[in-house]
Amino acid sequence: MSGVFSPSRAKIAVRTLRTDRWWLQPAITVAVLVSFIIYATIRAFEAKFYFAEPLISPFYSPCLTSACPTNGSLLGQPFGTIAIFGMVISPALFILIFPLGFRMTCYYYRKAYYRSFWQSPPACAVAEPHKTYTGETRAPLILQNGHRWFFFAGLIFNVLLSIDAVLAFRNAEGQWGHMSIGTLVLLTNATLLWLYSASCHTCRHTIGGRLKHFSQHPLRYKLWTWVSVLNHKHPTFAWISLFGVALTDVYVRAVSSGSISNLYFF
Amino acid sequence: MSELERHKFDVVVIGAGGAGLRAAVEAREAGLSVAIICKSLFGKAHTVMAEGGAAASMGNVNSGDNWMVHFRDTMRGGKFLNHYRMAELHAKESPDRIYELEMWGALFDRTKEGKISQRNFGGHEYPRLAHVGDRTGLELIRTMQQKIVALQQNDMKTFGKLWIEVFAELTVTEILKEDGKVAGVYGYWRESGSEVLFEAPAVIIATGGVGKTFKITSNSWEGTGDGHALALKAGANLVDMEFLQFHPTGMVWPPSVRGILVTESVRGEGGILTNIKGERFMFKYIPDVFKDKYADNEAEADRWYLDQDKNRRPPELLPRDEVARAINTEVKAGRGTEHGGVFLDVSKRISAEIIKKRLPSMWHQFYELAGVDITKEPMEVGPTCHYVMGGVEVVPETAAAVGVDGLFAAGEVAGGMHGSNRLGGNSLSDLLVFGRRAGIGAIEYVRANEAKSVSDSSIKAASQRIEAPFTRTGGENAYSLHAELQEITHNLVGIIRTKSELVEAIEKIADIRTRSANISVTGGRKFNPGFHLAFDLDNMLLVAESTAKCAVGREESRGGHTRDDFPGMDNKWRQVNQISSFDGQKVNVRKQALPSIPKELFDLFDVHELEKYMTAEEIAKGGSN
Amino acid sequence: MARKLNMRIWRGDSVDGALQDVQVEANEGEVVLDVIHRVQATQMGDLAVRWNCKAGKCGSCSMEINGKPRLACMTQVASYGEEETITVTPLRAFPVIKDLVTDVSFNYKKAMEIPAYAPPSDLKPGEARMQQVDVERSQEFRKCIECFLCQDTCHVIRDHEENKKSFAGPRFFIRIAELDMHPLDTLRNRKQTAQEEHGLGMCNITKCCTEVCPEHIRITDNAIIPMKERVVDVKYDPVRWLGSKIRKREGIV
Repeated sequence: MSGVFSPSRAKIAVRTLRTDRWWLQPAITVAVLVSFIIYATIRAFEAKFYFAEPLISPFYSPCLTSACPTNGSLLGQPFGTIAIFGMVISPALFILIFPLGFRMTCYYYRKAYYRSFWQSPPACAVAEPHKTYTGETRAPLILQNGHRWFFFAGLIFNVLLSIDAVLAFRNAEGQWGHMSIGTLVLLTNATLLWLYSASCHTCRHTIGGRLKHFSQHPLRYKLWTWVSVLNHKHPTFAWISLFGVALTDVYVRAVSSGSISNLYFF
Repeated sequence: MSELERHKFDVVVIGAGGAGLRAAVEAREAGLSVAIICKSLFGKAHTVMAEGGAAASMGNVNSGDNWMVHFRDTMRGGKFLNHYRMAELHAKESPDRIYELEMWGALFDRTKEGKISQRNFGGHEYPRLAHVGDRTGLELIRTMQQKIVALQQNDMKTFGKLWIEVFAELTVTEILKEDGKVAGVYGYWRESGSEVLFEAPAVIIATGGVGKTFKITSNSWEGTGDGHALALKAGANLVDMEFLQFHPTGMVWPPSVRGILVTESVRGEGGILTNIKGERFMFKYIPDVFKDKYADNEAEADRWYLDQDKNRRPPELLPRDEVARAINTEVKAGRGTEHGGVFLDVSKRISAEIIKKRLPSMWHQFYELAGVDITKEPMEVGPTCHYVMGGVEVVPETAAAVGVDGLFAAGEVAGGMHGSNRLGGNSLSDLLVFGRRAGIGAIEYVRANEAKSVSDSSIKAASQRIEAPFTRTGGENAYSLHAELQEITHNLVGIIRTKSELVEAIEKIADIRTRSANISVTGGRKFNPGFHLAFDLDNMLLVAESTAKCAVGREESRGGHTRDDFPGMDNKWRQVNQISSFDGQKVNVRKQALPSIPKELFDLFDVHELEKYMTAEEIAKGGSN
Repeated sequence: MARKLNMRIWRGDSVDGALQDVQVEANEGEVVLDVIHRVQATQMGDLAVRWNCKAGKCGSCSMEINGKPRLACMTQVASYGEEETITVTPLRAFPVIKDLVTDVSFNYKKAMEIPAYAPPSDLKPGEARMQQVDVERSQEFRKCIECFLCQDTCHVIRDHEENKKSFAGPRFFIRIAELDMHPLDTLRNRKQTAQEEHGLGMCNITKCCTEVCPEHIRITDNAIIPMKERVVDVKYDPVRWLGSKIRKREGIV
């Protein structure tokens, strides 16, 4: 017997005496993340309805294969068309690994999925089901220390998606000076992603957290205090930016498939 | 019974608060072996409750400050009843003690130049209190706790064993003497109830205060006057036990938090006191001696917060004893709240945001414990027993207890330093200055004296005393006797005292003492609070007896001692210390002349000021040398 | 307005024990420690409970109330429903001594393992100069009252006794962070030893320590994660590692 049932500890038979609904939070987390993963997987393999001039789905930007329409490929199509066993690989798969990696190694998401999926622990003061535990000291979890590389990659994506939002100030004929609901959707999505990145713990560390003497770096200190304020809301940004990406894709898909038309303000 | 647990050390320190830890560090750094004994876990001592700061004339904020100014403030605060030499040493050495803490890792708030910041406090002429937000005491304890850990790490590295050890959750029941000299201490582990003997030539008492003798107190359960009682029983004297500081603002509602401190900073930040009629009553209570320094109308008092040079201070900032008496009078006159307090309000003067920033722990305390949001509503406050100025009579330079070789006392348990009233901020610096001096005293003593072994008969007697409550059945309940004692002290030996009530109190305390000899305890020895209380109660009874007897003796009102039947200060009484001693049956009080101030210290004051406190003969003499 | 309160109090020792039902009076505004004291004074004279200041400042009365690690002196009875039974047990991550009192010596042993503050050897008392912005981070961690609730709730040791030898726990991660961020501390290897000796890598940042902290210290966000990032700087980031070799930056920042 280990943990709270160890011989020296107070003899209490149950694994927790909590009377609140401690299981609710992890349950919601599982439900939301699983829904997102299912939706993202379906969409990644669907390989269509991701582009409707001038809007592109964040799942597919930058579109790097020649499966994409050329005017939708921001960085060209360096990969051409790649097919395995005769199946054309979806352009989304080339890029999803980066935002996915950023979120997988994110200090907040780690908490969320360690608790909800791995039950380690399921909630505070609720005994976990595992016999042994080594934390993030061994492979593969030691790779969580690479969070900063995904953070930097994520920044590149934020830039690209911001450009997509700017490009959305055009009409379907490619003329500038127009704005539609789609523009707002892409702008909101890009903003939320910036907030998510800017509030990230690695960002906070890089911008100033690693300094020993703030007083000798007044500008970085100032930035650090701003990032610290955002950092407080990192979990919120993590969730709403995730919904943002999914809803943006839903919108682009609806326009692209012709279910709705993209309403222009001017 | 199993073999008695025995330890041998050069120095035993009883109490792990600020003074005890500072003494222990000094003794260990001089190469002695040291035991630190405390009733709680290591790092929980009552020192952590100190909020405001530690007074030291570093002059970081106002360069006009120096030890002489600090000395003057301390003597005025104590109404010149202080032992001049203690006040002098304290004022001179405090800055070094603060700097030393910084070398050990303390992180005080800083000035713009990067020095230790200092804040204003009642009675201090200049900003003088080194502080960390409103948790300075915690910083002191943690720093010294970590210093001791560092000494232990060093011991392990150098010697492979510890030469300084902490014995936490251990109660000392007796100081053992052989041939008239200290030979060690005897006690029991609270956890197991098993007994322990420490043999040591020097014992330092640093046990803090006596607040738990009273019903309403800011002190934790540990403040049961153990050191006062141990010293008395060992043959030492207590000086001026009538002087207790009642902090004017303790919480009064709900009952469970009654007495918990509401820091003076609340008033410093602009809190005003009103009675149930909404009247700002403090204007009625400004004593003549303070008329020129305190505003007599609301408009001027309000202006003070904006311009402190052109206006007089609001009367809420009068010394603690004045404010406590005023609140007491209002409540007794039926103008208090239903819970027996008055209102203290900061919400009208400063914004919610600033309240939360400047008084974070107060906001937290009221919100979590009383359900009161002090940014919107007033607090209910009333006086609470906070600090005992009286204590073990010591030699200032060495903190050696007068009359017992090998015994030392420092911190709140020692008397003399603060006279009849302590200034806020002076207790933390007192701990450091005299904690170190007690360490030095013990070092010198240990080097000059042989250790004595404790005789078997002493051990047997001490052991029997611990066993006694278990051998009785159906006797008195320690919890109810404690409650009775608190009721008596609260009603009869409280803020305002008169002869008849004090005489009644002395009789009643004697009666409880008789009955307490018949306390019986249920359950076993293992972590048994009822058993622990039986010993604490014995100490409290002795302290209460001493306080009541001193209070009836001093026929004047001064500082923390107010007599309804003798309302004024009497300059003849300024020359008198009241010394308590114990004859094995009862506490005896005698009068003793206060050491007179030497010329160089006398000359630090304006003679007209001294005339308020001293007799014409003393003034004519102009200091003792 | 007194009312009858139903409580279940764990009573026992290291050998055996069980929850015992008691009924006790509770008055308006009382905290759980008050009612425990009433039980002690009226029904169970030898009920063991550790407490001290009763104002949330010393961190002695740590226990588990309805399964949650809390300070009994800061837990209002009124925060539970009128009909709700309040269950109190000792901390479940540490060996029990008696009733509500546990043996927390683990924490004092761990404190001994953290190297002390190391000021510059030529620094003289009174000459230290530090800016407020440089001490504020460490000051947050020095608010710690050592109630050890974070240690109690941390699943790394709560659920895995065997990890106790290699894991210092949240309380001592904030101590390490405090010293590593201290503007005058000169010890350079705190990041490495945090990972290699004190088990920082065992933490999977599930934030229970932060949730239970009565001082509201943001243990995870402000101490543990910044320390993890600092560890990456010196152990897992080849770019910074190379940079430090070339420019010998470690120590300058």
